[in-house]
Amino acid sequence: MRETELKQPGEVIRRHGPWTRITHWLWAICVFFLLLSGLQIFNAHPALYLGRQSGMSQGFDNAVLRIGAEGGQGAAPLRGVTQVFGRDLDTTGVLGLSGPDGAQQARAFPAWATIPSEQDLATGRVVHFFFAWLLVATLAVWALASLLNGHLRRDIWPGRRDLRGLGADIRAHLGGPLPHGRRYSPLQRLTYFVVLAGLFPLMILTGLTMSPGMDAAWPWLLDLFGGRQTARSLHFLGMLLIVSFFVVHIVMVLAAGPLNEMRSMLTGRYRIRGHAAAEEE
Amino acid sequence: MERRTLLRLGAGTLASLSLTGCKTFDFLSNPDDPARDVLISANRLTERAQRLLQGRDALARTYTEADIRQPMRPNGSTDPQAADYLALKKAGFADYRLTLGGAVETPLTLSLADIKAMPQQTQITRHDCVEGWSCIAKWKGVRLSHLLDRARVKPAARYAVFHCFDALTTGLSGPQYYYESIDLRSARHPQTILAWSMNGAPLPVANGAPLRLRVERQLGYKMAKYIKSITLVPDFAGIRGGKGGYWEDRGYEWYAGV
Ligand code: HEM
Repeated sequence: MRETELKQPGEVIRRHGPWTRITHWLWAICVFFLLLSGLQIFNAHPALYLGRQSGMSQGFDNAVLRIGAEGGQGAAPLRGVTQVFGRDLDTTGVLGLSGPDGAQQARAFPAWATIPSEQDLATGRVVHFFFAWLLVATLAVWALASLLNGHLRRDIWPGRRDLRGLGADIRAHLGGPLPHGRRYSPLQRLTYFVVLAGLFPLMILTGLTMSPGMDAAWPWLLDLFGGRQTARSLHFLGMLLIVSFFVVHIVMVLAAGPLNEMRSMLTGRYRIRGHAAAEEE
Repeated sequence: MERRTLLRLGAGTLASLSLTGCKTFDFLSNPDDPARDVLISANRLTERAQRLLQGRDALARTYTEADIRQPMRPNGSTDPQAADYLALKKAGFADYRLTLGGAVETPLTLSLADIKAMPQQTQITRHDCVEGWSCIAKWKGVRLSHLLDRARVKPAARYAVFHCFDALTTGLSGPQYYYESIDLRSARHPQTILAWSMNGAPLPVANGAPLRLRVERQLGYKMAKYIKSITLVPDFAGIRGGKGGYWEDRGYEWYAGV
């Protein structure tokens, strides 16, 4: 499917192959359920630590994040408090304490951010592990298909050319109209590469490290991440990075023309326009 | 124009999604929902995959004395109130008898002294709670496989079921006593012990005195505390909720390697 001839602006091309499109929507479903069930799991013990174990006593505290509710006695109103690296932030309404006025609940992440909405660790885990398997399967299918059909080499794997073009591409994203070539821009390539080859594997490996069964099978996991509780914190950090990617991703789709972008991910057909149309290999 | 409509549509969808929240998926909490059955079937896959990768005797990581940095955090029941338990506790568990029966050739009745007279094993391991926290402690006791060998397990037996003195809740039919089960593979694992000592002292009441289970490759809820009796069974039919454990009957996965 190598495009050699130059495309004219306005022409409709085939941009995404079927495997790219199918796996794209599978990622979307998996990440949606993994995120919201993951926050449910987090709520069962809303604290993160660094190291092998959780320091939960007077003389031993290795927490880096704690979300809870404080006050409520006497005149002091109940408030949601998020403690990051020992520093307290008031997060009433979202983290620690949330819900409609008069029926506020002390819970780390609010009801609208968890599956199920009420505190239910068992169901959160059942949902999380099903979609964890689906994510692993999707990643495997994507890697195989992209290797075979050239998507990986052509569109994802960053080359020297991408690194050289990065500065110009960042300027383009900050300022003027977004490129609409057949190829991904250098920034896009690099981002997708980091997410697919970096963040997803990180989530899978840190997820496995939290499993005592896998720790027995693959003890190197514990050494790789510096202990089960560090792995749990990294899993959370990875979650934050994936959410950030998602937000930027949606903004970019909206900025680049949501109909054209949506069509290309559903049917594969994409209208190229502007200067980037002449960028084909 | 077109773009503005779309933006508005998108914003509307997001807003309504966040208003209804994830109540949309609350039906998954229902233990009888068929969709939940599909989701929880992934637990069998996890069990198979982990067992394949582990092999029979892969060991959980062990730690050093320097890693014991805090008292073992108790969870679940911490002070059982059943009359028989209170009586045993009052006498320092001198009258405690563990019974092991069911599908075995020779049922056993053992006092704490009998258990301490058996070959002992000490291990410093990490306890991973289903809630997410971990805590390292030292455990000492007898290998469960030692007891199983003495009792001579019948071929029909597939699981060891642990019945406990503690009840976390009271239902219509009275107190809901804790129970748990593991398969014989886990029961015979070299690190699976019945512990009567923790961090160099007799097991405290909050941590399961006089005897608790350690199954080091699984989560904390498998490791029954306050063990009263052990029975070997071919399946869970007729045992309480039928799912093999107190928490399993309440929606948690039976295989707790994750
Ligand atoms: C996009 C992917 C994922 C997201 C956004 C996500 C998010 C989360 C979050 C927020 C938690 C709560 C605890 C914490 O923050 O560490 C969690 C827990 C967990 N996740 Fe994930 N996760 C993802 C993928 C996976 C995968 C692929 C696996 C398995 C290989 C996995 C295994 C686990 C496990 C075992 C826990 C429970 C940890 C505990 O016991 O506290 N996750 N996940």
